[in-house]
Amino acid sequence: MHNFDFVKPSSVAEAVAALANEDALPLSGGQTLIPSMKARLNAPETLVSLTGIDELKGVCVDGGSLVIGAATTHATVAAEAASHFPGLAALAGQIGDPAVRNRGTLGGSLANNDPSACYPAAALGTGATVVTNTREIAADDYFQGMFTTALEEGEIITSVRFPIAEKSAYAKFLQPASRFALTGVFVAKYASGVRVAVTGASENGVFRWAEAEAALSQDFSADAIADLKCSPDEMISDLHGTPEYRAHLVGVMTRRAVAAAR
Amino acid sequence: MPKDDGIGASTKRREDVRFLTGNGKYTDDINLRGQCFVHFLRSDVAHGRIRGIDTSAAEGMDGVLKVFTAADFETAGGLPCGWQVTDRFGEVMQEPKHPILAEGKVRHVGDPICAVVAETYEQARDAAEAIEVDIEQLEAVVDMKAALAEGAPKVHDELTSNLCYDWGFVEENKDAVNAAFESAAHVVSLELTNNRLVANPMEPRVAVGDYDPWGDSHTLYTTSQNPHVIRLLMGAFVLNIPEHKLRVVAPDVGGGFGSKIYHYAEEAFCTYAAKVLKRPVKWTSSRSEAFISDAHGRDHKTKIELALDADHNFTALRTETYANMGAYLSTFAPSIPTWLHGTLMAGNYKTPLIYVNVKAVFTNTVPVDAYRGAGRPEATFQIERLVDKAARELGVDPIELRRKNFIKADEFPYQTPVAVVYDTGNYHATMDKMLELADYAGFEARRAESAKHGKLRGFGIAHYIEACGIAPSNLVGQLGARAGLYESASVRVNATGSISVYTGSHSHGQGHETSFAQVVADMIGVDANSIEIHHGDTSNTPMGMGTYGSRSLAVGGSAIVKATNKIIDKAKKIAAHLLEAAPEDIELKDGKFSVAGTDKSVDWSGVTLAAYVPHNYPLEDLEPGLEETAFYDPSNFTYPSGAYGCEIELDPETGKIDILRFIAADDFGNIVNPMIVEGQVHGGLAQGIGQALLENCAYDDEGQLLSGSFMDYAMPRADDVRGFTVDHSCITPCTHNPLGVKGCGEAGAIGSPPAVVNAAIDALHRAGHTHVTHIDMPLTPARVWAAMKA
Ligand SMILES: Cc1cc2nc3c(=O)[nH]c(=O)nc-3n(C[C@H](O)[C@H](O)[C@H](O)COP(=O)(O)OP(=O)(O)OC[C@H]3O[C@@H](n4cnc5c(N)ncnc54)[C@H](O)[C@@H]3O)c2cc1C
Repeated sequence: MHNFDFVKPSSVAEAVAALANEDALPLSGGQTLIPSMKARLNAPETLVSLTGIDELKGVCVDGGSLVIGAATTHATVAAEAASHFPGLAALAGQIGDPAVRNRGTLGGSLANNDPSACYPAAALGTGATVVTNTREIAADDYFQGMFTTALEEGEIITSVRFPIAEKSAYAKFLQPASRFALTGVFVAKYASGVRVAVTGASENGVFRWAEAEAALSQDFSADAIADLKCSPDEMISDLHGTPEYRAHLVGVMTRRAVAAAR
Repeated sequence: MPKDDGIGASTKRREDVRFLTGNGKYTDDINLRGQCFVHFLRSDVAHGRIRGIDTSAAEGMDGVLKVFTAADFETAGGLPCGWQVTDRFGEVMQEPKHPILAEGKVRHVGDPICAVVAETYEQARDAAEAIEVDIEQLEAVVDMKAALAEGAPKVHDELTSNLCYDWGFVEENKDAVNAAFESAAHVVSLELTNNRLVANPMEPRVAVGDYDPWGDSHTLYTTSQNPHVIRLLMGAFVLNIPEHKLRVVAPDVGGGFGSKIYHYAEEAFCTYAAKVLKRPVKWTSSRSEAFISDAHGRDHKTKIELALDADHNFTALRTETYANMGAYLSTFAPSIPTWLHGTLMAGNYKTPLIYVNVKAVFTNTVPVDAYRGAGRPEATFQIERLVDKAARELGVDPIELRRKNFIKADEFPYQTPVAVVYDTGNYHATMDKMLELADYAGFEARRAESAKHGKLRGFGIAHYIEACGIAPSNLVGQLGARAGLYESASVRVNATGSISVYTGSHSHGQGHETSFAQVVADMIGVDANSIEIHHGDTSNTPMGMGTYGSRSLAVGGSAIVKATNKIIDKAKKIAAHLLEAAPEDIELKDGKFSVAGTDKSVDWSGVTLAAYVPHNYPLEDLEPGLEETAFYDPSNFTYPSGAYGCEIELDPETGKIDILRFIAADDFGNIVNPMIVEGQVHGGLAQGIGQALLENCAYDDEGQLLSGSFMDYAMPRADDVRGFTVDHSCITPCTHNPLGVKGCGEAGAIGSPPAVVNAAIDALHRAGHTHVTHIDMPLTPARVWAAMKA
């Protein structure tokens, strides 16, 4: 790891100011950033910790949405969202292991946008709004491919608004080594229709499976999509699965999510 | 009943107190005054010619003490290979030099090119980034068959080809074997891969070199399974340091599984650099570095065929195996696919004719050497997969086919056609035991239950044999070993009766400090807490060969028995003097010497005190003191065996396999500490199941490691390895060592992979997927799904 300066502001404004420095990066749970610094793949001059900022933390219901502060840990979401939004809480409870869940945060996960991460599926699958220090970004506009988002340099996610679904579930098929999602599907049913978001499978990162959404909006049952097949085009090929296998899993995991939704 | 802490007792492991409270003393815990740190700049290409190295910028950087390149090691030797294999034409293997730092060429990703020594580890890493290495990238050879093709790029320009050796065993049997296939009623064949593995012990490798200029003497602290072997190899062949000027210490070591047997470049580097810099030099491997610098395991490709007569008796077996050596010969690499593999190809069966062909191949990959089981898992996997396939093709019960061909309990000692003589065993008994513990009779009902939930249930069987307790020195010498394989022990009885035992075996998780003390306590009849086991330091233990091949109790324990018997003999003479009786009349029981048929006695400490305060002592006939050393050289291997049963559920939608129960019925001969044995089997099973379902060290065509971290290399986790039932009540004691023990350290890793794969194939066949006759390990969900779809 290269040397770096460390600041721990207590307000978003201070953090934004500190991030104006060249080569400064926000540090949230550090579960992605610190390992990449240890491997010398990342060498910021300044780390601006977000974990001392109270306004970035917490889970609360606001109208029909669950609003979660960007620096809220996965463990907190798993515990505190359980009664309001069980599908989302269950997703947070399946991320990594207890150590990761007690440090890793929602904001860090969405900012990083790992193609195999879980939260992107929830954000896209609920049509969430990503709130930053400068603006609000609809999930449909936020995710722009693997490790790429609509965030500008120095822009901080402050919270995320998740519209609470009537029913939802996340079905995650584990990549055997990392236990990230080899393929994970978040399904959410709203009065306006059903959303289906898939992570882990595509070379373009998290995506919505439009055909399944259409079918499930007509009939929210696993049978409704029994014969629906996802195309393997542009799916990830690696040690753990071929594009065909991932495309197949999209179908299986979507059906399982629908069956489990509550 | 066993004494609380004698042979047969499940004494808790005394070393665990320090391990579990974070008080173990590992090599990385050793920090010497004035110590500096080395970082190795390693090749990021698999094959290349070094055109130039510019270290000037790095040398001027903060804290940098020196940047070493191959030029600094012109007087040093290469890392030696400890075994020379002779091929089937009578020629010795090709043996390229393995330099400490790359000379002229890099040959695998991870090959060290430069070493930067600096005041801090981070400074060394910073400076390494400033080194410019100009490398002309060459085409890499990764696939073994491609490496042997005409015109393939050569890993070592000075060799005639990438073939290390082409070994035939038993070469004289080849024609008879082929003839048996010609006249066979049935022939069954199978092509399979034994997947490459990374050992990944919890503690990565570490080396600290220290030099004392006033005594011109060196000390190396290192994560080794065998410090004496390192002292011999490094001192005599690499750095030219005589033994009396070189001390090697392997303190607490956090697991090895074979990967810490070998002499590595980093050890020689730290030892040498400490002298050059006159300061201690430390290297601590990162996990990422371990993936590209620790020797890997397995990596065989095999075609195996079995001939049977009309009654389904096995009549002949032949194999053709390609064994990956990687870019250089690691210390014992050549012996693994040959003498530790070919000699086991009879398995538990009376196959009269066997021919094994092994082509060992150099590729642009990390060197491959022994990994838990070493050669024997490869043999067992082939045989047990093939026997299962044979049963399926012939339409007979796989259990019955095995039973029919098993060597029977009354046929021991049994001379196999592949040189070794099994001393004891009872394979029918272990098979019966396993089936009983597995409730095999209830399997169909459980399968029906799984089917209701859409899951495919399968039951897989494997029976293994292994050769442990390596090994008779004169025999291995004939086979090409450049070392003896005895073990040593010194037993030092102190004046007040406490006992210090110095063993040449090394404990890195096996619990020797507990079980070896149990042996001595049992023999003398004293409290095990009065006995301390010392190991791992060449300055205080006699020359020993270390720990691998499940040899420590069978060979090292036997040396302790021998030394303790010498102690008892002498103590009886002292007791005879004190009791004014003849030594032949002295009996030792529960730590007390008495004269047979009388009530005259003297206790243990009375005798030991007399030995060191010899006022009333037969000084004319007997030296004072009570300390004895013994070396034990085994007369044969030991042959643990066992039946393994694996019950799985397979999810046909995703291809995922869940192990529901795993039953291991082993015959390890006599048992010293049942709890430790059970733990050893659990660990072995976890690694075997890891190989079967999860672990896969994979390279791409350019020789880049695709599974270079735990993000892609899947280690078994607790929830992958559930439902173990371990039994070792079937006992046929070893006939040729004093404890009657066989060794248990590797069994789990040897017997489990075929049981798991057989279970998967069983589940698929029972569900009608009869086109799936084999799936290569690891049986990842993706592979299982693809096989079902095919
Ligand atoms: C062993 C392990 C297992 C894991 N398993 C899973 C899994 O199963 N599923 C899964 O989804 N994830 C998994 N993760 C990733 C984990 O969820 C991380 O917590 C997450 O990806 C990053 O969150 P963080 O808070 O740690 O962010 P950090 O590592 O602190 O930051 C990550 C990146 O986001 C930036 N950043 C952080 N916060 C903000 C913000 N508020 N606004 C803008 N930019 C920001 C940082 O600058 C950095 O570039 C795993 C991680 C580990 C180590």
